[in-house]
Amino acid sequence: MTEVPRIVTSRWDTLDAHTIDGYRRSGAYEGYAGIKAALDRSPAQVLDEVKAATVLGRGGAGFPAGIKWGFCPPGVWPRYLVVNGDESEPGTYKDRVLMERDPHQLIEGCLIAAYAIGAAQVFLYIRGEMAHAQERVAAALNEAYAANLVGANILGTDFSVDIVLHWGAGAYIVGEETALIESLEGNRGMPRLKPPYFPAAKGLYLKPTIVNNVETLSNLPWLMVHGAESYKSVGSEASPGTRLVAVSGHVNNPGVFEIPQGTTTYRDLFYGEQYGNGIRNGNELKMFIPGGASAPWFFPEQVDLPLEGRTVGAAGSMLGSGAIVVMDETTDAVKACLRVVRFFARESCGKCSPCREGTSWEEKILQRILDGHGRPSDLDLLLDVADNISPGPYPVAAHPDAGLDAVPFPPRQTTICPLGPSSVAPITSAIRRFRHEFEAKITRRNALPVSAAPAAPAEVAP
Amino acid sequence: MSESPRPVTIDQPVTITVNGSEVTAQKGELLIDACERAGTYIPRFCYHSRMSPVGMCRMCLVEVDTGRGPALQPSCMLECGDGMSVDTESAKVRKAQDGVLEFLLINHPLDCPVCDKGGECPLQDTTVAYGPGESRWVEEKRHYEKPIAISATVQLDRERCILCDRCTRFADEVAGDPLIHFMHRGSNTQVNTFPGEPFSSYFSGNTVQICPVGALTATPYRFKARPWDLEHAESTCTTCSVGCRVSIDTSRDEVLRYNGVDSDPVNWGWLCDKGRFGFEAIKHEERLVAPLVRSGDSLVAARWNDALDAAVAGLRSVPASSIAVLGGARLTNEAAYAWAKLAKGVLGTDNTDCQLGDGLPADAVLGLPVATIDDVCRPGGTVIYLGPDPKEALPVLFIRLRHAIVNDGVKVVELTPQSTSLTPLAAASLTYRPGEAGVLAEAIAAAHGAGAAGVDAAGVDAAGVDAGRIAAASDLLAQASGPITVVIGRPSVAESASTVVDAIGAIVRRFPDATFLPALRRGNVIGALNAGLAPGVLPGRVRRADAAEWFGAAWPRVPEVDGEDAAGILRAAAEGRIDTLVLLGADPLGDFPDASLAEQAFIGARRVVAIDLFLTESARRATVVLPATGFAETDGTTTNIEGRVTQVVRRVTPPGTARSDWQLAVDLADRLGADLGFESLADIQAEMDELSAVHAGLTVAAAASDLDGVVLPLVSATVADPAEADATGSDSASASDSPAAEATAADATVADEPASDADPETAADVDDGLIPAPAPLAFVAPAPTTVPALDAYAARLVVGSTLYDAGTMVRHARSSAGLGPAASIRLHPLDHSQLGLGTSGRVRVINGARSTVLTAVADGSVARGTAVMIGGLEGGDDSALIDVTAAVTDVRLEVVS
Repeated sequence: MTEVPRIVTSRWDTLDAHTIDGYRRSGAYEGYAGIKAALDRSPAQVLDEVKAATVLGRGGAGFPAGIKWGFCPPGVWPRYLVVNGDESEPGTYKDRVLMERDPHQLIEGCLIAAYAIGAAQVFLYIRGEMAHAQERVAAALNEAYAANLVGANILGTDFSVDIVLHWGAGAYIVGEETALIESLEGNRGMPRLKPPYFPAAKGLYLKPTIVNNVETLSNLPWLMVHGAESYKSVGSEASPGTRLVAVSGHVNNPGVFEIPQGTTTYRDLFYGEQYGNGIRNGNELKMFIPGGASAPWFFPEQVDLPLEGRTVGAAGSMLGSGAIVVMDETTDAVKACLRVVRFFARESCGKCSPCREGTSWEEKILQRILDGHGRPSDLDLLLDVADNISPGPYPVAAHPDAGLDAVPFPPRQTTICPLGPSSVAPITSAIRRFRHEFEAKITRRNALPVSAAPAAPAEVAP
Repeated sequence: MSESPRPVTIDQPVTITVNGSEVTAQKGELLIDACERAGTYIPRFCYHSRMSPVGMCRMCLVEVDTGRGPALQPSCMLECGDGMSVDTESAKVRKAQDGVLEFLLINHPLDCPVCDKGGECPLQDTTVAYGPGESRWVEEKRHYEKPIAISATVQLDRERCILCDRCTRFADEVAGDPLIHFMHRGSNTQVNTFPGEPFSSYFSGNTVQICPVGALTATPYRFKARPWDLEHAESTCTTCSVGCRVSIDTSRDEVLRYNGVDSDPVNWGWLCDKGRFGFEAIKHEERLVAPLVRSGDSLVAARWNDALDAAVAGLRSVPASSIAVLGGARLTNEAAYAWAKLAKGVLGTDNTDCQLGDGLPADAVLGLPVATIDDVCRPGGTVIYLGPDPKEALPVLFIRLRHAIVNDGVKVVELTPQSTSLTPLAAASLTYRPGEAGVLAEAIAAAHGAGAAGVDAAGVDAAGVDAGRIAAASDLLAQASGPITVVIGRPSVAESASTVVDAIGAIVRRFPDATFLPALRRGNVIGALNAGLAPGVLPGRVRRADAAEWFGAAWPRVPEVDGEDAAGILRAAAEGRIDTLVLLGADPLGDFPDASLAEQAFIGARRVVAIDLFLTESARRATVVLPATGFAETDGTTTNIEGRVTQVVRRVTPPGTARSDWQLAVDLADRLGADLGFESLADIQAEMDELSAVHAGLTVAAAASDLDGVVLPLVSATVADPAEADATGSDSASASDSPAAEATAADATVADEPASDADPETAADVDDGLIPAPAPLAFVAPAPTTVPALDAYAARLVVGSTLYDAGTMVRHARSSAGLGPAASIRLHPLDHSQLGLGTSGRVRVINGARSTVLTAVADGSVARGTAVMIGGLEGGDDSALIDVTAAVTDVRLEVVS
């Protein structure tokens, strides 16, 4: 592997990078040089630079940030920038580490984005459980305000912006941008319907609102200092720059890694020395979740795919939030399936019927199978319940041995937001590939085909 | 309940394809409505045409192709666009419908046999029509404690709930009382109140009606009937004068429930709880069931013959001016007319008043161009509101106003002596010093176009309102698009009606094309006024003096002089000038703002004949008490604040021998040797049609109209030119000489009928064309009222109203009784602290010789120098303080140690 530039993690090895002095001193660019560079240009030029660099959103959907910013209807004020720091997908923890280790980089990114879109108010929404990240960002904000980097007339210019820190109350669905806006307004975190509530047009307080992920914004200072050309020289043409992946599960060296977009393969990640460094105990890979709990599973045949949005999508899954969960041969597929489904059932906001009732029904059926009370008809029932949440063929990886092709992303939905359909991903993936394991549980009751090792994420709480 | 799509005007047509056939829809209309109008019903639970769509239940998923291929989309969230193609019956749609219904049913208890909703349940009906045949659910269902009372009347069975967001949306966006909401999440989501804070909304009963399952039930109806045993009939609620359309559900000669009917011009399907549960009063065991005649100190049951004789004894051979008839706003239009004919045409007295000191003079109600509720709520319109708190007095009018303000950009300029439910919604809310509404209205008019300088010229801080705010309000009114509408009523009974009339005068001068909606509370007060139950007027919105000849030709006699209003009648009685006081559903001792005057009147009046449903405080002291029929016990029509005439129907047998009010009038006239000529309601309607200008053509128009009724006058009274009226009146052609022809000339189909239908007996003289039709009543602004200056040691009293006061009907409705607030007197915190009372304490409130003791409460919304009370509460004693002869009520406060 060649040495790759570290765009957002360049200060992770510096112990005091979370302080303003540490931020200024260390890293791949001088701290707060990015906002100075931005302020030397017009907002339109900054927007063009971000567009030219094709900075893809790192929250999961991978939508280009520059294009998103351009959706603000002209002449409508005020506008808001909302930072989505409500990272809650199981296995995803890149934003937390970013906020804990380099909070000033995020603040500087907020300033650059606010400058480009013309927002005077930024809302930084941090997940409730991330106490340490919240403390670090709060301390950094205090430093930045004291240094006149946030607030009125930043660095003596006429650019003024306030950043408001908001602590979430612990709901996965609030990571969905419209639900996050509802939560910010003080309401229950339930998604709004699109149309008509596209945040860029009708967002927070029904004003134009840009919602960006923490990692997306953390890219901006480096981009402002080094320029779009340098940014595009990293990664692939369609997906320039780097991205953070959080590898967890049965690898020897789990963690958050910054990799060039589009060129690294899953094999590199799992077996590369600087990344996962192999499967534990030299075991065989059984399956892996390539992009967060809501992504359909991949299997050993897909391990040589590059981490590139379109390729992964065509293969039947998604890169999503960059959370990769590796499961080795000792994993019980049914338990792993239940574990993921249970998460979505617990996190369903309860707004629309198919998700509210369907996800908990799926959970109950899986639990019953695991408890030894499964019925032969349960697998078809499970698939049909899933089909009523996400109709039609659900995205799934190819199964060459069975002669089954991949179904490309994305899924269809009878629900308001993708949470319900996300619960279908482990069900269709696991049943298509490991139907025999489910059937064994049903026919032979508690006689398990494999002995599950007590390791995350496949363990089921008693 | 039938919930039809909201009426739509198609001015931007688009063509959509519904299941292969092309349909014209309004651009932007919701697809679910457009399909339903085209005859294709799409099943739904969360969608309600009177609330914003939320797309939650997913039952209305249909396959929609907008050019990018068919996809399942919720039709309640999709606006119609040209070229849209919809398939509501495809295999995918059916699968989705099956799926959603199965999801909704898996945790539903399916306890239909013991559920009140069973038989009229949208979930049940939709399951039969669209759902899967059987259940695949073998897990344990959700359980909750059941039922829980979320308010005094509404019970919640949470496990039946399908979480459609209808009740919570209603509470939030329609009623403005967001007291129920979702709690917890996922499949544990439930609707509930905040702990310890009940869903105490005046509109809570509507959530029961719109609940698509049996999750919300109302205590008065729980386990009372099965829907298939109920008979339904549409009628009009007369609890207040908004005129909400209701469905009366009866079984075995008993009223069991009211439901709101969606009348587009009026109530949109909503009711207030006082109206919705008001039927409890009419079947109360304390209803009068037989006539009572005084014998010494007690009232004893009597035969009707004896009671009527006793009643007539006081009416025969006494001077006309010594007879007075108070009340009549409870009556139907027909009964009010019969009583007007008895009082004015037979007894010859003009001492009649259907309002009890809480209303406005007849010419201010009848003599101004009328605005309908729709006119007031016209999107983008501007409204002056000078009246009682609408949420307390006319609750469904508040719902309509709130919707107009929040959703349709209506701007309200509120003139009020105290903060109301409209204050937070109004574009401008000006709190005037009590009694100075006229001063404030003059200042606003004077500020027109002059900015702040104009206000200064008119008097700095007029009526205690900041000059800048007056200028701002004046600007708002000057910028209005289209004519201003004005809602007029009595913000406080502690200031005289003349102070409001002064304000009306100023508004009329400044905005000559303004239209007016009276905000009078009593059930059929407009109908009674139209029928002439007010001093100085005769039926049909005409002045007595102008119409004496017209009615003299048809009636045995007409009053020779103008009579007194309620206050004047009571004063006359107190001075011994009244021989017989007839109480037509009026209870002056319990209901008149000036209790001491009412008391003296009862001491002074020689005989009192009370016609009522209950033995009220006044009826207890009557000489004769005649039991009358109540709501749902008599047929007829009623008139709402707009002048809209709608049907009320008889559904149950009155208790005992109670009789209709109009029959009592006929019986009494008969015993007086006069024949009113009425043997049926149709007879009365025919005479009203013939003689009363405002009712002319009504029978035909009503027959042709839908259940939303007809707004009177059929042609606006003020449009008629008196000179022209004379000209047509003297014309010998029989079709054009009756007032009927006058008013309906604009509508040929309506105009022909009444004239040819003329009753030859009563209208013979009228028909010969010799008598000119009387000119319609027109509002004339009197000389301004003089309001004394407030002395520094006194507080000026405001007495507002509340929905659950201690009125007869509220006290006898189990669900409403006891819901009223505690009586108190509210003061500005600084005024309050000057009393040195702590947070609250008892004070003696003194107005000259009148006084009462109340708890004083500090309230930041009260203006300095003002004291606010709620009228008509148990122990409130506001009427002990008010002197109706004074323009304002100034009180002094003394701490009671």
